[in-house]
Amino acid sequence: MADQIPNTPKLDELEKGPWPSFVKEIKMAAKNSPMARDLLGVLELSYNEKIGHWKHGGIVGVMGYGGGVIGRYSDMPEEFPGISHFHTIRINQPSGWFYTADALRTLCDIWDKHGSGLTNMHGSTGDIVFLGCRTDALEPVFEDLTKAGFDLGGSGSDVRTPSCCCGPARCEWACYDTLALTYDLTMHYQDELHRPAFPYKFKFKMSGCPNDCVASIARADMSIIGTWRDDIQMNQDEVKKYADNGLNIQRDVAGNCPGKCMDWDGNELKIENEYCVRCMHCINVMPKALRPGKDRGACVLLGSKAPIVEGALLSSVLIPFWKPEPPYEDLKDLVETMHDLWCEEGKARERIGEFIQRVGMGNFLEEIGLEPLPEMVAHPRENPYVFYEEYYEEDDGDEGEE
Amino acid sequence: MAERLTDIGPPKYDKFLPPIIKENYGKWLYHEVLKPGVMVHVSETGDKLFTVRVGSPRLVSTEKIRNYADLAEKYCDGYLRFTSRHNVEFLLTREENIDPLIADVKGLGHMVGGIGNSISSIVHTQGWIHCHSAATDASGVVKAVMDDLHEYFETMKLPGKLRIALACCLNMCGAVHCSDIAILGIHRRPPRIDHTKVKKMCEIPSVSASCPTAAIRPATVDGHPSVEVIEDRCMFCANCYTVCPAMPMNDPLNDGISIWVGGKVSNARHEPMFSKLAIPFIPNNPPRWPETTDAIKKIVELWAANANKYERMGEWIERIGWPKFFRMTGIKFQKEHIDDFKYAGLTFKRSTHLTY
Ligand code: HEM
Ligand code: HEM
Ligand code: SF4
Ligand code: SF4
Ligand code: SF4
Ligand code: SF4
Repeated sequence: MADQIPNTPKLDELEKGPWPSFVKEIKMAAKNSPMARDLLGVLELSYNEKIGHWKHGGIVGVMGYGGGVIGRYSDMPEEFPGISHFHTIRINQPSGWFYTADALRTLCDIWDKHGSGLTNMHGSTGDIVFLGCRTDALEPVFEDLTKAGFDLGGSGSDVRTPSCCCGPARCEWACYDTLALTYDLTMHYQDELHRPAFPYKFKFKMSGCPNDCVASIARADMSIIGTWRDDIQMNQDEVKKYADNGLNIQRDVAGNCPGKCMDWDGNELKIENEYCVRCMHCINVMPKALRPGKDRGACVLLGSKAPIVEGALLSSVLIPFWKPEPPYEDLKDLVETMHDLWCEEGKARERIGEFIQRVGMGNFLEEIGLEPLPEMVAHPRENPYVFYEEYYEEDDGDEGEE
Repeated sequence: MAERLTDIGPPKYDKFLPPIIKENYGKWLYHEVLKPGVMVHVSETGDKLFTVRVGSPRLVSTEKIRNYADLAEKYCDGYLRFTSRHNVEFLLTREENIDPLIADVKGLGHMVGGIGNSISSIVHTQGWIHCHSAATDASGVVKAVMDDLHEYFETMKLPGKLRIALACCLNMCGAVHCSDIAILGIHRRPPRIDHTKVKKMCEIPSVSASCPTAAIRPATVDGHPSVEVIEDRCMFCANCYTVCPAMPMNDPLNDGISIWVGGKVSNARHEPMFSKLAIPFIPNNPPRWPETTDAIKKIVELWAANANKYERMGEWIERIGWPKFFRMTGIKFQKEHIDDFKYAGLTFKRSTHLTY
């Protein structure tokens, strides 16, 4: 194991420049951690060879959990014994990523005691990521974490750690309580989070408004995005102040409105709310003058994923408007129905979005008991090959028969 | 064994919320961006909460996290949060603390910005630091790109928001496919099969089934039960490698970076859009990836100079048309730009709406 910080001429180039440097971070950790020193060594090698040196994970974890740890081994354990095991631990973050200084120090203490001293704050799944743990340290880390009130997140074919935007905690646009829903779902699905039993992963992401700060529509199997049904709240005096301060309301606000429903006569702003598609643009530009309406809730969408295996998808509308109210039984019942169907009929490594592509949205809706709605499609089908499932013979159906 | 705690879930978020947030939860009236990286939220109650947003390399040491904690204690009664793009946000109730905090942040070598019409930190994945299927590094490319673009983090002079993301392979853990600019690591050669190991390390039916294009067939090679790959059908997705470590994809000569542009997730103005291919391949050139950073800077500056106010990159390109985008950037349009996977025809131009 490297007992001093190795020579890394290539990596040192990345200590230069104004943006904060991850190489400096690894070197900071390397002062105390032989693992971080070996990481520098292997990374320098990768920079010279233009190839990585990690092997597949295999199954590692803490007792009773199938998820939360991603196995990682070096393919050069003799040269870099400190990172012969270098597993990722995913730790479930508090909703909205709010912390106290003390909570952060607690996490640091645990990680300094057992691991590499390197983290992702946060991984792109949303979890706190402890980067680089030996197999024999997994249980001790887990024990210390749970004593401190933290638990593992998801990995593998399970419910992945739900995440959300800061919502009503610090955003005036939040149309529902993203933090409360995220916490509730996280607790409700503890078993599904920690014990992979699905065909593949399932992600929930909660954004408070159509700005979708956690990219839910692109990254979550179930995307819950806040919106409203009534009229945009307006303060004409503040609108005028924006105009007086030089905002070109006709061009930059009304001109960008996808609903083409705004009119500014130089004095008064009119919105034909019936045609507003609730895109947030005008509200984003004039936050002091405009606010989402008062009849707030969320649009529930389903099915986004990255390209693997069948190509990338964005989530599509499942419930045009839902009022999230604890304990959210209506949503949980629907999710359970979908999970049952997908577990029964889904293929290995088939995300629910791909499953729907395969069996057809119409059939999927029928199975989960939702009515088809025009909000679910960009437009009705263009191709005439309709799979009618029944047909009638001449003698069938004197009215009301069967 | 002593009592073992399991399935306790995360700490409930309200444990860590500052008092001002608890008192004004759901009551925020509006916010203003006071200067780059600094905003104030004003409540119905009249309370004001200031936020200072600080860029981060995402890969942070415990020492740095302790630095953050110290600053939060010094200026924010110990409260802070992180963002979905891995920035740190200090939450202040005392306006007079803003400038001293910023000075200390800069002392740590970090920048304040990323709010409003600016670039935010680059969402990215693990790369050579930590992942087996990486076709490029992640943190290094991101560092080089951000060094180049940091002025757009620290100012708000871009026409609209700029969201860059990087994924080091087609798994797209960083889910880059809806970014203004996506940096995507790609492989360009079929898997090399170690026939002596396939049977030992892999389940052959699963390997065959893993291929989206059915390029993999069971075969006996030199007496070993193994698989063969119809190379014409391989589009280098590495799905097989994920299932079977005896089929590595990584290759210094053929791995590199592709650049995708014009995606977005927000619903503001235009609906969410996927990113589209701009540059099919740039070789890995560590440590600073100059061809990649140059290409990105050029595209960003062209957009910045030509887009209307609030126009995201994809909205701008949609307005001017892709032929003009290629003419303006000087990027050569080539065969790889034309889709040839499922339903590719939907991406062909099916009108005479053209500019010349
Ligand atoms: C065959 C498919 C896939 C494999 C083998 C795979 C494998 C991995 C591995 C090994 C990691 C951990 C990297 C590390 O920390 O060392 C990872 C992280 C991750 N994966 Fe995947 N992945 C796959 C597909 C996907 C897909 C389709 C998505 C999303 C849609 C995804 C999302 C993520 C995310 C968000 C992370 C966390 C990344 C980070 O925190 O930096 N993965 N994946
Ligand atoms: C439309 C475009 C997309 C954009 C703009 C986008 C943007 C982002 C952003 C900003 C993050 C970091 C957010 C955070 O940490 O909370 C992220 C993470 C991620 N994205 Fe995307 N993404 C897009 C599409 C996708 C798609 C289609 C997938 C895949 C299925 C995907 C998978 C992921 C994953 C796996 C992560 C990290 C995972 C996670 O947080 O669960 N992304 N993306
Ligand atoms: S998604 Fe909407 S509610 Fe949530 S933080 Fe972003 S702007 Fe605010
Ligand atoms: S929210 Fe969007 S669609 Fe609605 S009025 Fe404003 S700009 Fe137009
Ligand atoms: S994008 Fe690919 S290489 Fe990068 S962390 Fe994810 S699976 Fe690994
Ligand atoms: S890389 Fe993808 S396309 Fe090529 S053989 Fe493997 S699974 Fe099939």
